[in-house]
Amino acid sequence: MKSKSIEDIIALSNDLRWQIGDDFHDNLAEGIYADAAEIVSTTVKTKDADRKFRLDARIDKILTSKLWGFPLMFLILALVLWVTIVGANYPSAMLSSLLLDTVHPALKGFASNIGLPWWLDGFLIDGVYLAVAWVVAVMLPPMAIFFPLFTLLEDFGYLPRVAFNLDHLFKLSGAHGKQALTMSMGFGCNAAGVVATRIIDSPRERLIAIITNNFSLCNGRWPTQILIATIFIGAIVSPSMAGIASLSAVIGIAVLGIFFMFLVSWALSKTVLKGEVSTFNLELPPYRPPRFWKTIYTSLIDRTIIVLWRAIVFAAPAGAVIWLISNIYLGDESIASWMIHSLDGFGFLLGLNGVILVAYIVAIPANEIVIPTILMLTVLVSGIPGGEGAGVMFELDSVNATGQILRSGGWTLLTAVNLMLFSLLHNPCSTTIYTIYKETKSLKWTTVATVLPIVMGFVVTFLVAQIWRLYA
Amino acid sequence: MDTKPKSACDTCVHFNAEGLKKLGVNTTNFDFVVALAGNPNTGKSTVFNAITGLRQHTGNWPGKTVTRAEGAFEYNKKKFKMVDLPGTYSLLSTSEDEEVARNFLLFGKPSVTVIVVDASRLERNLNLVLQILEITDRAVLCLNLMDEADRNGIEIDTRSLARELGIPVVASSARFNKGIPELIQTISDLANGKVSCKPHRIKNIPKKIEKAVEKLSDEIKKEYPNLPNSRWIAFRLLEGDRHIMEVLRTGEFV
Repeated sequence: MKSKSIEDIIALSNDLRWQIGDDFHDNLAEGIYADAAEIVSTTVKTKDADRKFRLDARIDKILTSKLWGFPLMFLILALVLWVTIVGANYPSAMLSSLLLDTVHPALKGFASNIGLPWWLDGFLIDGVYLAVAWVVAVMLPPMAIFFPLFTLLEDFGYLPRVAFNLDHLFKLSGAHGKQALTMSMGFGCNAAGVVATRIIDSPRERLIAIITNNFSLCNGRWPTQILIATIFIGAIVSPSMAGIASLSAVIGIAVLGIFFMFLVSWALSKTVLKGEVSTFNLELPPYRPPRFWKTIYTSLIDRTIIVLWRAIVFAAPAGAVIWLISNIYLGDESIASWMIHSLDGFGFLLGLNGVILVAYIVAIPANEIVIPTILMLTVLVSGIPGGEGAGVMFELDSVNATGQILRSGGWTLLTAVNLMLFSLLHNPCSTTIYTIYKETKSLKWTTVATVLPIVMGFVVTFLVAQIWRLYA
Repeated sequence: MDTKPKSACDTCVHFNAEGLKKLGVNTTNFDFVVALAGNPNTGKSTVFNAITGLRQHTGNWPGKTVTRAEGAFEYNKKKFKMVDLPGTYSLLSTSEDEEVARNFLLFGKPSVTVIVVDASRLERNLNLVLQILEITDRAVLCLNLMDEADRNGIEIDTRSLARELGIPVVASSARFNKGIPELIQTISDLANGKVSCKPHRIKNIPKKIEKAVEKLSDEIKKEYPNLPNSRWIAFRLLEGDRHIMEVLRTGEFV
């Protein structure tokens, strides 16, 4: 009964639509605008309206100018990174001396007092605890600096200007201009960047943005870049220039990531994701002076703690796995050393080594623990004294000591450069992969987004290694 | 708007503010649902945070909120669930990020809809406001970013605006927590039926179309007498919105 009358209504609507012609949508929209204008004319008064707009426009003229837009963007990026790198050193050292030099021995002492069996003690304290402690000591300080700085820029209204500056390049590569915003989010966390792509309407351009988000160097990878650059790139120039050199190297990698993002966007839009570039209106919001302390507080509590918690959740089981594969023996070789030796050949081709590849396999859940895993495995296979024992993740007091371990593990400048490249170009972490699946609901595109960067990583490091060995 | 006479204490928000409890993410057993809608970058999330005590991330760029966030507060012993919707410019388009907001306003049946607008860009924002007023008859306009409007020398006569729109208007600067107690009081008044609205209906439509809309809307009303937004559904049907037809057939929205 009801359904019949509903069908009648729909039939009536079809008839009426026919009668009123096809400019209904425009008529309605115009009606709404006319109403709005009437209401505003009786309720809003404006005096010297354009004073503030003029100031905004003047700032925009510089920040989005053809001449200054790009240099200023790099300068701001460099400044944020510099403050992060320099500022994070001290709290990092303090945290690691507390968690690793004080708490860890105390825990060990306590465990032996209550007579915990060696394997449980090793598994829990040397495996799980140390992995978590490392993540806290190494990640917390840079995040606590990087995220608030980034949020301040965001609140000020700078991000849409970045999108405006990059719009032309995105158009050339067949992608959506709003991808600049999701890319910026990716510099904090790729999973967050992938979720942010919902602001892009066209499914084609959204897929491009999702697949290429991994080329934004994320928070879990900044510390790796910074540490390796400090040890190896800083060392090839005079000490006074070391800071600048390693900073430039890190920025170079970040910019290279942006370059790959454009390249892959372009390649995708010319092949499997062909289509028109959609036009869009980007509102440049007014500049708003950020509420400094509030921003610092909320970005510390929200972003930093949430990301840190995620890292800890993933690092704990990874620490356990590392301890296990180093302490379970197949014949007279531990699983870890067996894996390392079987991957050494492939690693050599890429200018890396087996240790690095195993570390990346173990660290799929969390990019943050790549470096500690590498150190631990290097000690394990080369037999250099330094750590506490097999499978024990540790942090050395100084960058120099870390460098010595790596060098005696056979590392060269090439290994360092290729590790930095590989850290940029490899599969997204498991959280991001899962997020991509949730957003695309497609196994196919999730696989593409996962496999594509790692294949590129293999190709790029392979080429760099071959060319390097020819000329060096 | 007809309001019953009240004692001074009843109407004073600062007296009543003691009845406010920010409940954060605890959204169980609520009495009312409050939707938070508006254009992108008007400070919806800031308003949301100020009321619920949550710290949903905010940022100065359009499109920051892409999923709907939920929080809750208690006011004078009533529990309110608050839903922060992604910003939209219009309910007439079909893009994916606007869908969340559109569907919730139409089918989520919020008890009260708070429409957050940028006071310094009122005319542009009214486009969405007028559309929402076609859908709901319990809404409040939150005239946010008043500090910026002041700085830009923009003066808004909130009383005439409330009369024109037929809904309460509250001026606020959510970033500085100004106007939030008043807003909460108004939400509570609307939800409890102490204040009622007579929302503005879109007027400047050609006669021919207005007639068609009226005819269709009457038919819909016959079928669903309690529907506040038969006119909006008529709009959508005339536009050939297949989703609405589907929903009409299943009767999901009643």
